[in-house]
Amino acid sequence: MKKEIMQGNSAIVRGAWEAGCKVAAAYPGTPSSEILKEVADNYPDIYAEWSPNEMVAMQVASGAAFAGARAMCSMKHVGMNVAADAYMTLSYTGVKGGLLIIVADDPNVHSSQNEQDSRNWARFGKAPMLEPSDAQECKDFTKIAFDISEQFDTPVFLRTETRVAHADSPVTLEDRVESKIPLGLDPKDAPKYVMVPANVRVRRKVVEEKMKKLEEYAETFKYNVVEMNDPSVGVIASSAAYLYTKEVFPDWSYLKLGMAWPLPKKLIADFAKKVKKLVIVEELDPFFETEIRAMGIKVWHGKDVIPNMYELSPEIVEAALMGKKFKAPKVRVKPEDLPRRPPNLCAGCSHRPLFYALKKLGAFVFGDIGCYTLASAPPLQALHTTVCMGAGGGQAHGAMKALGQEGLGKVCAVLGDSTFLHSGLSPLMNAVYNKGNSTTIVLDNRITGMTGHQEHPGTGFTVRQEPTNMVDYTEIGKAFGVKSIRNIDPYNIKETMEIVKEEMAKDEPSLILCKNSPCMMLRRAKPLERFKNPVYAVSLDNCRGCKMCLEINCPAISWREGAGETKDGHKRKGTVYINPDQCVGCEVCAQICKYDAIQPGTK
Amino acid sequence: MKENGKVTNVFLSGVGGQGTILASNILAEVFLKAGYDVKKAEVHGMAQRGGDVTTHFRYGKKVYSSLIKYGDVDFLLSFEELEALRYINWVKPDGKILINKQEIFPPAVSLGNMSYPKEVEATFKKFFKDNVHMIDGQAIAKKLGNAQAANVVLVGAFSNFFPNVKDEQWIDAIKGLLAAKLHDLNVKAFFEGKKAI
Repeated sequence: MKKEIMQGNSAIVRGAWEAGCKVAAAYPGTPSSEILKEVADNYPDIYAEWSPNEMVAMQVASGAAFAGARAMCSMKHVGMNVAADAYMTLSYTGVKGGLLIIVADDPNVHSSQNEQDSRNWARFGKAPMLEPSDAQECKDFTKIAFDISEQFDTPVFLRTETRVAHADSPVTLEDRVESKIPLGLDPKDAPKYVMVPANVRVRRKVVEEKMKKLEEYAETFKYNVVEMNDPSVGVIASSAAYLYTKEVFPDWSYLKLGMAWPLPKKLIADFAKKVKKLVIVEELDPFFETEIRAMGIKVWHGKDVIPNMYELSPEIVEAALMGKKFKAPKVRVKPEDLPRRPPNLCAGCSHRPLFYALKKLGAFVFGDIGCYTLASAPPLQALHTTVCMGAGGGQAHGAMKALGQEGLGKVCAVLGDSTFLHSGLSPLMNAVYNKGNSTTIVLDNRITGMTGHQEHPGTGFTVRQEPTNMVDYTEIGKAFGVKSIRNIDPYNIKETMEIVKEEMAKDEPSLILCKNSPCMMLRRAKPLERFKNPVYAVSLDNCRGCKMCLEINCPAISWREGAGETKDGHKRKGTVYINPDQCVGCEVCAQICKYDAIQPGTK
Repeated sequence: MKENGKVTNVFLSGVGGQGTILASNILAEVFLKAGYDVKKAEVHGMAQRGGDVTTHFRYGKKVYSSLIKYGDVDFLLSFEELEALRYINWVKPDGKILINKQEIFPPAVSLGNMSYPKEVEATFKKFFKDNVHMIDGQAIAKKLGNAQAANVVLVGAFSNFFPNVKDEQWIDAIKGLLAAKLHDLNVKAFFEGKKAI
């Protein structure tokens, strides 16, 4: 059989394809974004779509499952919060075709706004959850998840995390087998799907019966594996936490849980009896530990030593369990003394001049989730909140209601085009309906930027690059009743400042749309074509070393120490340098410079 | 009882856009085809925005963790000097190190708030003596006509650390991962890199 190295995310898709999956929907989010792209790029047998948000993705997938197809939706951990309203009831309705919910956690918050542990959803909403640890398991567990979904008439979770989703390892490839369930909808199924109280009460019992049956199933589930070695210590673990522990304590005995919920209580009790001391190693919450302790089983070590935050690693597990006996490797250089390398807005990015303008205006900026969150970092520090998708608009309205006339001219909300369509529409509608006066700025860069260029309903293309309808943001604003809708070109700093200042001061809701501002990496929008000159350079005759241009944190601009003076005799401590390989000619720094020291150059 | 056997740990570090991912893909292909179990882990997320990038690559008879244990790196391949220094503590005392001679300033240095670390090579030599190698991958690749091939130049130099792997195995992996029009350039880049240390 053919073996290929695959990323966990790609292996999930391979598994879905082999299992006969027909429909896949998603909203991008690290570390899950590759899943839907992989479907679109390599598996034409599966319908693929970027939905405007995770809730819609789950609606789409569950609709397909009601119609008999095997279907999946994928999202990052916080995406589940958006989709939860659908999920919490889908576990009552059940499915017809298999329904797989893939949720990718981000321990250590590599790229997220919180660190929630998605295993809690399975217990909370009463559905089974599988947890693969490597790419082969990603494929195998995906396949069996569809079977479980159909056998027990329930949505099934596949929970990954960064080190599973973004880890590559060999996968054995097999063929696709089409689902045996016939496609079709039957009105007679309505009592199962119409969740009005009378039907809910019936289904409520079914849910509990389902979970009981699943608990029995878990006892013999082939991916709940006991490995008896040295019985002096027995470890219960799942996912990457199992791999880390196995790595550093290969001689101990293990119960590796492939199914995180429901738990195989008998299997756990038997394992606990067979070993002298029981250790539970899990990332984030004490999810297994709480349950196992509640079973009355004695646990030697769990969250008393294993951290309940950030991600685990082999040495963290080893140090936690060895205690004082652990010897850390010698420190040769203190990493904390080295300059950090945080991510930054790209050279030429249209967010940079916009946030510079907002900073100059002294605005309090309610932010959102996207590349523009990077504007919160020094030296720009021009974005002041980030809570969740779409939060900025709603919060700005709330803040203005609290501040009254005092808030006029001082507050605005920013969000990206993809975020606006994801969950920024309702807050804007609300601001008009409730007679607010907040200002909402849509940083339209024509794509979902941060997660790596996914299409959305405002780009005019589907995930498979077919041309489609393009949402018109001006028309949306009009339909919601926004009277003051303005366009700005963020690259014109002076004009941007004037317009934003006017709108923030108005005692009515405003919508400002960034135009002429595509993502620097979006080739089809030809982002560089809007710049007059290909590159700018520093005139050493004029540069006074005032460092004003460093305020925008452009990756192309750096400080060069060295005393000297300008042509007209102004003393300076150094000058700035523009790296011509990185400069794209956006001219923002030249607009800021008061001494005409930044001028068109040549590549 | 120990099924782990000997697992070799390779750590790659660099800055987003330097081509570390292609380099680690080449390694993974080479050792998978050579019959080993392989695992590779990297953080994507925000690397595209100029952040640092690391890849853990491991091969052996059976590999469990995709993450290398802190302090257990056998081979370090760094595409940028500061990003080499950041991980110096990860390397075993007898580990081997290849560093690309390139400085990419992080924001704190560009802004003039911190200075770029000096004498990266000397610091490494102090601890690892002759096991430290530095080459200018960009300069070698530019001579071949394309600075973009610097990552494969580095792979070529790095291949000297694995004497049991034949040149053909590296070349096969490189060709398998790159479009045909890039084959000539990158095969040359591999051999120029190999000669460089």
